[in-house]
Amino acid sequence: MDKLIELLKTNARLSDPELAVMLGRSEEQVAKDIRELEERGVIRGYSAIVDEAAYDPDLVTALIELKVTPQSQSGYDEIAATIAAFEQVESVRLMSGAYDILVSVTGSNIREVSRFVAENLAAIDAVQSTTTHFLLKSYKVNGLTIGFEDKDERGWITP
Amino acid sequence: MDNTVIDYDKVLSQRIKNIKPSGIRKYFDIAESMEGVISLGVGEPDFKTPWVARREAVRVLEKGKTTYTANAGLMTLREECAKYFRRTIGVNYDPASEVVITVGGSEGIDLTIRSMISDGDEVLIVEPCFVCYDPIVSLCGGVPVAIETKAEDDFRLTAEELREKITERTKLLVLPYPNNPTGAIMKKEDLEEIAKVLRGTDIMVLSDEIYSELTYSGEHVSISSLEGMRERTVVINGFSKAFAMTGWRLGIAAGPKEVISQMLKLHQYAIMSSPTVSQYAAITALRECGDDVRKMREEYDMRRRYIVDAFNKLGLSCFTPMGAFYVFPCIKSTGLTSGEFCEKLVYSKKVAVVPGSAFGKCGEGFIRVSYAYSLSHLMEAVKRIGEFLKELDNDR
Repeated sequence: MDKLIELLKTNARLSDPELAVMLGRSEEQVAKDIRELEERGVIRGYSAIVDEAAYDPDLVTALIELKVTPQSQSGYDEIAATIAAFEQVESVRLMSGAYDILVSVTGSNIREVSRFVAENLAAIDAVQSTTTHFLLKSYKVNGLTIGFEDKDERGWITP
Repeated sequence: MDNTVIDYDKVLSQRIKNIKPSGIRKYFDIAESMEGVISLGVGEPDFKTPWVARREAVRVLEKGKTTYTANAGLMTLREECAKYFRRTIGVNYDPASEVVITVGGSEGIDLTIRSMISDGDEVLIVEPCFVCYDPIVSLCGGVPVAIETKAEDDFRLTAEELREKITERTKLLVLPYPNNPTGAIMKKEDLEEIAKVLRGTDIMVLSDEIYSELTYSGEHVSISSLEGMRERTVVINGFSKAFAMTGWRLGIAAGPKEVISQMLKLHQYAIMSSPTVSQYAAITALRECGDDVRKMREEYDMRRRYIVDAFNKLGLSCFTPMGAFYVFPCIKSTGLTSGEFCEKLVYSKKVAVVPGSAFGKCGEGFIRVSYAYSLSHLMEAVKRIGEFLKELDNDR
């Protein structure tokens, strides 16, 4: 992977001058490379990595497996678009294996998420079944370890 | 008479008593006594040993391979080491008679010095440098002679400085490049100048190349690869830095068989053989972990560029190191000694770095900063050092 993408994936707040120094490129080149990645749709946006449990312990995230009937014209795309349109939905992915679509949803409590699954997702005609998994704890998110201390055991000073 | 009283002062060797304790202990104790210290003081990789090498260690443990190996190390490992030297520095060593697997690079250094040095022999030590050469030479009754390198020479050893220090009693030159603490390297043309001085003499070179894989501009060159120098050089390398295997305690010493055979005697009596499980893991490391080494080097390189730029921007002029994982910024502009700088920094901003003076007199006026840390850790430390410098300025 391009080192630039790697760096931005772990810290999107690095400035162009910082990126330029780290990569050994000029600032102008870095700005141009980022613009190109954005225009090509490789970089779609920049977001913070949030430990939701630390932000609000009541927040609930669920991963919902959906079995769906593909549509004759559009296959899975139209169903996926319908699901993606709900603002509670954080991600929608087509999967290989025992089910078809994996949806992640975050709500302020379990009842809210359950109601969303029953009333919004299960109610879609093409959805045959849903299996909901509530997330208990996150240990690593976007390449960053959270929820436990990754202790440096090397001591303070060695020759 | 009280049978429980013994005069340890009479018992202990005068030579060992004369050795000064390490100069960094004090800073370690300060850092340890405080909460929330972030360190840039460590001389070992922050990466874990590549997974395949760890898995191999687990495998051999499960198979119960827990006996001694041959004194010089597993033959397969010595063969892999010989191949490694051939492909990285272009020098051929006979795995049967010219390679010893040691307990870290440190033991290789100890064996080399103890095999050559006796009372009154002079050993030229290029400073600033790692802390162990001087005491080992002194323990042998030898005389450590420092050759001080300078920032304006990019901390390289020059032929003139070498020539000036050579006397009839000179037996050994310790050449530690890529260098801890400066990050300096010696290019082929620099080494050629040194070789010119040494060819035709009876002076040996201990070339400590433990950081050879961490070279950021071109390929690492070993002095042993130059004409007439293989005969005069013991190459020390190992697994600690390149493969992030510090805790496995495994190094390599390679050189002419006349020297290696004497070193092997010492190794045999003092150590027996290097850790067996580590040796198996090292075979895997040499065979399969080239890609991991490259990735770690790229990561260090990125941090190196960041940290050099950051120090220069803070106004602490910093020569651009081309090897190892240290930068060595000059702190003379603050008016503090390096010891004072480090002590104030850790007390006021809780950042631990090592005073340059711990690595030889000419390291005074510099600090050693390790970048074997994540970028986010480095950025936080740089921020704190920036605040510290501003406060120093305001106080003046």
